[in-house]
Amino acid sequence: MADEALFLLLHSEMVAGLYRAAEQSEGENGRCTTKLESMGFRVGQGLIERFTKDTARFKDELDIMKFICKDFWTTVFKKQIDNLRTNHQGIYVLQDNKFRLLTQMSAGKQYLEHAPKYLAFTCGLIRGGLSNLGIKSIVTAEVSSMPACK
Amino acid sequence: MAVCIAVIAKENYPLYIRSIPTENELKFHYTVHTSLDVVDEKISAMGKALVDQRELYLGLLYPTEDYKVYGYVTNSKVKFVMVVDSSNTALRDNEIRSMFRKLHNSYTDIMCNPFYNPGDRIHSRAFDTMVNSMMMQVC
Repeated sequence: MADEALFLLLHSEMVAGLYRAAEQSEGENGRCTTKLESMGFRVGQGLIERFTKDTARFKDELDIMKFICKDFWTTVFKKQIDNLRTNHQGIYVLQDNKFRLLTQMSAGKQYLEHAPKYLAFTCGLIRGGLSNLGIKSIVTAEVSSMPACK
Repeated sequence: MAVCIAVIAKENYPLYIRSIPTENELKFHYTVHTSLDVVDEKISAMGKALVDQRELYLGLLYPTEDYKVYGYVTNSKVKFVMVVDSSNTALRDNEIRSMFRKLHNSYTDIMCNPFYNPGDRIHSRAFDTMVNSMMMQVC
């Protein structure tokens, strides 16, 4: 379907546009990631509201994380999270071996330092979704080798 | 017919309250406020008592002498409370459920409005129109 490409392109342009604007105004270099993340936050809140409209009530945190890994990820990125790990004390690691927003960039170590910019929006997305479901969280992302990311 | 409809946020403050006989509004505000306790009780009891998979709709919260109160909780812990006149006994469960579905759909639309910040009072005209139609419909 054409709309996967639409979102990918829009997203890359969003990242590029924000950084370009930051360069020109010369003031606020580190703030781009924050802006991207807060954009993702608001979008995540709205998205979650729509997606959970018809689903059953969630019993506990693990249930919510599983929902995010399966339904939410499928609807946004058309695939599921490959691996979910937890230490049962509030830390969850979601691993995606073929993250859609990064597949177009490279298949190895090239451009590794630019990857975090592209992950900020998705981190915000997850944080927004979780906060709307009642969970305060911090979401970080790490890329060791494209296109996989945690 | 619904005499009062309220949307209550996660932190238990009202996002939207509307009642029909506008002179006695305070009484309805009070009723909605007390019904929040019942809602919380139902939510916390859910996990232990019944493995209640599908229920966002809570059903009749409590009946009083003039009216009945129904509740509905979304997955994002936003509560919808509806106060219905007892004299109109023709309102069946299904109709109440469908009214709550419509409320939920409109609420979702409001959430997706970029000009709306989650946690603010709801000022949307579309929402108002929908609520008006629900309050008038079975009159």
